[in-house]
Amino acid sequence: MFDFVSFIPRAVVQGVPLLFGSTGETLTEKSGNLNLGIPGIMYVGGICGVIGAFLYEQSLPSREMINGVLAIGIPLLSCLAGSLLMGLIYCFLTVTLRANQNVTGLAMTTFGVGIGNFFGGSLIKLSGSAVPSIALTATSSYFHRSLPFADSLGWFGKIFLSYGFMAYLAVAIALIADYILQHTRTGLHLRAVGENPGTADAAGIDVAKYKYRATCIGSMIAGLGGLYYVMDYASGVWSNNAFGDRGWLAIALVIFTIWRPKTGVLSSFLFGGLYILHMYIPSGLNLAVKELYKMIPYIVTIVVLVITSMRKKRENQPPQSLGLPYFREER
Amino acid sequence: MNNQKRKPLFHISRRQSMLWYRIWLIRGLAILAALVVCALVSVVMTGENPFSIYSTIFTASFGSPRKIWVLLQNIAMLLCVSLAVTPAFRMRFWNVGGEGQALVGCFASAACMILLRDKLPNGMIIFLMFVTSMLAGAIWGAIPAFFKAKWGTNETLFTLMMNYVATQLVAYYCVVWESPKGSGQIGVINQQSQIGWLPVIGGQKYLLNILIVAVLCLFTYYYMYFSKHGYEIAVVGESEKTAHYVGIKVEKVIIRTMMLSGAMCGLAGLLLTGSTNHTLTTTIVDGRGFTAVMVSWLANFNPVWMIGTSFLLVFLSRGAGEISTNFGLNKSFADILTGIILFFIIGSEFFIMYKVKFKHAAEKEVKA
Amino acid sequence: MENRIPAVSMHNVSKRFGTILANDKVDLEIYRGEILAILGENGSGKTTLMNMLSGIYYPDEGEIRIDGRPVIIRSPKEAFDLGIGMIHQHFKLVDVLTAAENITLGLEGRLNLKDVSRKIREICDTYGFQVNPDQKVYDMSVSQKQTVEIVKVLYRGADILILDEPTAVLTPQETDRLFAVLRNMREDGKAIVIITHKMHEVKSLSDRVAILRKGQYVMSVPTRGTDEQEMTDLMVGHAVKLNIDRPEPVNPRLKIDVRDLTVRNIDGIVRLDHVSFTANSGEILGIAGVSGSGQKELLEAIAGLQPVESGSISFVEDDGTREELVGKDPLEITKMGVSLSFVPEDRLGMGLVANMDLTDNMMLRTFRNGFTTVANRRVPRHIAEQVVNDLHVNTPGLNVPVRTLSGGNVQKVLVGREITSSPKVLLTAYAVRGLDINSSYTIYNLINEQKRKGVAVIYVGEDLDVLLEISDRIMVLCGGKVSGIVPGRGARKEEIGLMMSRVGGSSHE
Repeated sequence: MFDFVSFIPRAVVQGVPLLFGSTGETLTEKSGNLNLGIPGIMYVGGICGVIGAFLYEQSLPSREMINGVLAIGIPLLSCLAGSLLMGLIYCFLTVTLRANQNVTGLAMTTFGVGIGNFFGGSLIKLSGSAVPSIALTATSSYFHRSLPFADSLGWFGKIFLSYGFMAYLAVAIALIADYILQHTRTGLHLRAVGENPGTADAAGIDVAKYKYRATCIGSMIAGLGGLYYVMDYASGVWSNNAFGDRGWLAIALVIFTIWRPKTGVLSSFLFGGLYILHMYIPSGLNLAVKELYKMIPYIVTIVVLVITSMRKKRENQPPQSLGLPYFREER
Repeated sequence: MNNQKRKPLFHISRRQSMLWYRIWLIRGLAILAALVVCALVSVVMTGENPFSIYSTIFTASFGSPRKIWVLLQNIAMLLCVSLAVTPAFRMRFWNVGGEGQALVGCFASAACMILLRDKLPNGMIIFLMFVTSMLAGAIWGAIPAFFKAKWGTNETLFTLMMNYVATQLVAYYCVVWESPKGSGQIGVINQQSQIGWLPVIGGQKYLLNILIVAVLCLFTYYYMYFSKHGYEIAVVGESEKTAHYVGIKVEKVIIRTMMLSGAMCGLAGLLLTGSTNHTLTTTIVDGRGFTAVMVSWLANFNPVWMIGTSFLLVFLSRGAGEISTNFGLNKSFADILTGIILFFIIGSEFFIMYKVKFKHAAEKEVKA
Repeated sequence: MENRIPAVSMHNVSKRFGTILANDKVDLEIYRGEILAILGENGSGKTTLMNMLSGIYYPDEGEIRIDGRPVIIRSPKEAFDLGIGMIHQHFKLVDVLTAAENITLGLEGRLNLKDVSRKIREICDTYGFQVNPDQKVYDMSVSQKQTVEIVKVLYRGADILILDEPTAVLTPQETDRLFAVLRNMREDGKAIVIITHKMHEVKSLSDRVAILRKGQYVMSVPTRGTDEQEMTDLMVGHAVKLNIDRPEPVNPRLKIDVRDLTVRNIDGIVRLDHVSFTANSGEILGIAGVSGSGQKELLEAIAGLQPVESGSISFVEDDGTREELVGKDPLEITKMGVSLSFVPEDRLGMGLVANMDLTDNMMLRTFRNGFTTVANRRVPRHIAEQVVNDLHVNTPGLNVPVRTLSGGNVQKVLVGREITSSPKVLLTAYAVRGLDINSSYTIYNLINEQKRKGVAVIYVGEDLDVLLEISDRIMVLCGGKVSGIVPGRGARKEEIGLMMSRVGGSSHE
């Protein structure tokens, strides 16, 4: 019998970083910016949170004096600040200086992963830890904390209530982002900018402003994915490269959800589930098969990408000006 | 449309053309500025004076004959992948799948080395390694190209995803072919028999790779600038309408070019597995597929200039690596410095492509 | 028309693009409750003039008054604020958005699509439009998109509407519907301007007509007080003697035989409707017609670039054998040995590669030659040198990208390349558009030289004076149909003008 009660929560916690990443990237792509720097930004988001928490924990004379609000607020703010900075660099290069988005994005990823691992490594050394990781269990306990009565509700509590607050935040942000995109004027203008910046410009919309805002907010949301991963999923333990390829998986998820954050909620859990499915499916003793399961999200994404391009249904296409810089020619 | 309403401080327009030495002046200044910033960052991190940092960077690459060989080998491998992705870029086909295409090349050679080791003579195996790795790369490149040509499927996203399919495929076989059992790794393949190892020439392990890539560089240069195919690629990249007008079959050119790109990536994979590392891991390509995008773009897709840009990136990352070891910093410091330098160079392209005129000094051209 | 304070008055307005004077001291008045037609040939400056009202261009000289008050219009938004809305030929709509979303795009305040839809329906009910606010733009026909553009302008409260050749993309039924709507708007007291070069539309719709010719304002008259003949005369002006050489055709023989050619564009609209004609060697066949009458499709169909629905295009060899060109792509046509050259309208986007240098552009036609994989650059460089010398192309060298050359030099490079292959058939589209006098004559001479060599030339032009002097025969297209074919010698400008505006040129109303 497949154990859904233990499978679903694990799929969800795997999915939450992806959900943050894909919601952020969707907003960014809707403005016409293909930000391939998302994996780097998520690293930066994670490490900035770690640095914040580390400094805060170090500043306390004893672990008992930790203040819940600060324990959550400091890492959260430093994470947001770090990823905002990354978003600004990307925008400055691609929007203001109209640089090639692919090249800039890849450089951002190199840079971001470098920042993450460098500061991670430095902190590990600073903390004098014997193992190559840094543990912020005190801070993490605040991120990790679920509702007190969750345990008493049996399977319902386990599936729906056993997560730290950031998991719910991820879902909320995805739903809000979806609402903004579909039902508000800001969202309408943003979609117009990504589809056809020339028309948006003619209608009096400030294309550069929208691109900047969407990309920076998108980066901040994606950065939260990194923070969630280290503070909640990994219980406050940062080890270099542990975050792995999740950033790219988040970009895959954007395509899989055909640029709809709402769809991302369940899809991210599905992707998360595929990540851990091998533990639940009897594959004999063949460990290798689990690597093939991890391939499934990418294959499925490719299939979605191909089918949407073949069906040519316009709503399901990538934003039309995705990847292209906008330049209003002077007459 | 006019901008007079808000009286912006400056006015930006596309440049018609620019003298070549000015282009290089701007790029040179950007690199210089980047080096200054990098030095500042390093000084803050290490507390050393900037000159000792520069000298560390320099000795990292040129400190000993062995270091020079390693430098050349790294340049060769990065250049190989960069050359491979370049024909596609000239066609405005954003192939960010060099990583995966090279990885399946590694995979195909490793498969030949492992599966055929006792069945065929060594020469035959090496021959098959060449054939299969290039074929594997070509297939990996042709798949996204086919869908792009037929249905306009976004090639950037497609090739990106193909990287991870390749990674997982390799991860699977790393376990299947693990050695010793239970390690989850392949280790050095055919350590004793050296079957499938490319020959060492001139007593230098890396010399063969370097020579092959040098030939490949000349080939790519010829292919892009002197062959009929290269010309077709350029026309398709500049204007599909013109290509159609002179009877060039755009779909065919896209698929053919991506197969070539993939095959060259596959060859890079062969060199990595067959000659340099004699193993197969998921990270054996080491991000070169992505770095290659930048190398190629920075060199304006010119295979000869790419020797320079790949030298620059390898030189800097080895230098930064050395700084981190010498001053007790983490290795990833290199990535940060590389990132900073890339940002500067990427940003400097703006001043090559566009003219900025400040409104109150409208006649005076401003070049950063 | 008692209300005699003009809604808009333009006084002494001039606009210059580089060396070309697009509008030369134009005066114009627009009144509320009136439909004004602005009539003029292509390039007479109609659109430029209206673009200055809608904030796209800023006039170099002159004054604009709205309701008697001098104004400065710097952007489309400022034009909107003054109640001026213009519907351009190229619609500015986002395809994946609905009509309602497009209409409200760029406005401020809370997004309430229900309110927007209601207001759209109100506008539709008032004037008799049919718009489904929830329909996506990509699902719409051209006429529906145009309707959305008009509603968009009205939604923003415009009461001065400018429509740039609105009927160019419409079927006759759609045109009738549009005109009905425009009349309703006139009754509502709005000022309507329609830019056109079709006489019958002026006649059936407008109250007053203003005529522009070569950037200058000719005059404006009440429509009722004029007739088509007079308007044509005013629009085309007196025939100007250009003294273009017209050698007698030597030994003309059938080269191209087009029969019952029908072509639809991607949207399924018929662009060529059972077109039949012949072109002979040693002869220039001029093709006249207002723009968008099917000229582009005709040339592209012959060149193998345009899918053909039905009909045939035969290339006739000197020995009388026929080669069918329909269904062949340009490469196949070349391989069949049909030597055909095409100077397309879009010079830098289609005929040449803007970023490549002269040599590489010459290579577009020759790169396949030779059996090796090497692309021969010696021959194209030689051709480039020859073209530069023979046609006096003003260029710093052979290695500069063609986009850096001036328009006239670009055209010389293109025409030069197309004639070096000694074609049997030469197709040219708007060969002298945007060129100065000297360059134009160079091109005329080149074309005549080809004619003397026995080439069958098909010359699509827009300047009737040129067509009248250069062509041996003139075919007039109107709405994709052949309106008539007349001998070039002795043809009257007015006659051609009338044929351009309706099939046969005789009255049919």
